[in-house]
Amino acid sequence: MQQIVNFIIRNKTFLLFLLLFSVSLLFTIQSHSYHKSKFVNSANFLSGGVYSASNNISDYFDLKEQNKILQEENNRLKSILFNNEGEVDSVYVDSSTFNGRYKFTSAQVIKNSYTQNNNLLTINKGAKDSIKQDLGVITSKGILGIIEDTNNNYATVLSVLNTTSRISAQLKKTNHFGSLTWNGLSEKYVQLTEIPEIAPVTKGDTIITSGRSDIFPKGIPIGIVKDFKLDSAENYYEIEVSLFNDMTNIEYVHIIENEDAGIIKTLIDKANE
Amino acid sequence: MNSILSVHTVRFVALALAQVLLLSHINFLGYVNPYLYILFVAFYPVKNNRMLFIFLSFLLGLSIDMFMDSGGMHAAATLTIAYIRPAALKFSFGTVYDHQSIKFDAMDIGQRMVYFSILTIIHHFILFSLDIFNFSKIILVLKNTLFSSIFTIILCVLISVIFSRANKK
Repeated sequence: MQQIVNFIIRNKTFLLFLLLFSVSLLFTIQSHSYHKSKFVNSANFLSGGVYSASNNISDYFDLKEQNKILQEENNRLKSILFNNEGEVDSVYVDSSTFNGRYKFTSAQVIKNSYTQNNNLLTINKGAKDSIKQDLGVITSKGILGIIEDTNNNYATVLSVLNTTSRISAQLKKTNHFGSLTWNGLSEKYVQLTEIPEIAPVTKGDTIITSGRSDIFPKGIPIGIVKDFKLDSAENYYEIEVSLFNDMTNIEYVHIIENEDAGIIKTLIDKANE
Repeated sequence: MNSILSVHTVRFVALALAQVLLLSHINFLGYVNPYLYILFVAFYPVKNNRMLFIFLSFLLGLSIDMFMDSGGMHAAATLTIAYIRPAALKFSFGTVYDHQSIKFDAMDIGQRMVYFSILTIIHHFILFSLDIFNFSKIILVLKNTLFSSIFTIILCVLISVIFSRANKK
């Protein structure tokens, strides 16, 4: 017993080092797996507060650019609205599309990151604004990511630029779908895999969300095909997708809540039993 | 003693804030960032309570992690350089270290550069290994380590020259 105590006292620095090192390794490994970064994240009171204070100042510098993006989106929405006026004028209301399956909340990005291997963003809406884990996040140009963690006032978003992220996506012209991943190399491109070899892929095709998961509705733009090749087994395409979003310049985002998500999930769980 | 304590508290907070608000957003060439906060480890007094020093370094790394959503990789890297610092001191400053009387300001710039380089390269290597977390991408780890290290070392030397008390004669 005496010797054990002596050993601990003699090597106390090394033991402390080992202890703290394993704690940090644990956090690191957790952060590499999906939905596990519970303890150390930037959606807490301290870091969220600091980031929103600094963003309060820095977002003035970006106002002009963001105004332009907003103007463009307005323009696009107006043109859709006025070109469809004749059709909307009738009494016909499709309850499945107009009764609001999807609820939108807008938020502001207070911390953006795109250079790491596992990028997370922080936004200034949290549990107080009924933001929950697994809601989809988009910008006016396209897809951005999925809510990872929430705190009362802030939430972190698992960006599409994250090696653990997987989002169901498809070609716009046909219904062949695959999953969207990121290889960690460039913030301009993501990879679409598992598109069957029979699909007619050409360069410049548009990629959209497939709506097969209950997170994103179908048809949210993602990007265009930059390059594609067959994988080593020659059954599936590996497609390099150039994103519509400029991931380095993101300020205002929309969070999508699918109000049927709970029903769909219970149905799937029942089928899996 | 009190002033030493407050100097290090201020340094801790200032370096952490500078890192998360400014330096991590430089993204030179798309991905190269300096990690200047390791200056806290480098400039911590040599005569110290080693347990406390190691714990403080861990805390600094963890607070950077909290801001950058990076799990525990900064904590692990900072902790390691804090633990091996005595060896780095001995290697770069030689016999002076044995008398425990190092004044960083009085040190020759070449020796100081060796000291910073050892700490920086080890720190960055651990950091990027944990970030990329994939043995097959070891080339990417080494590339990131090299470029970011150059950036960090240059900034460290500059800061240490600018804030040096030795030239105020």
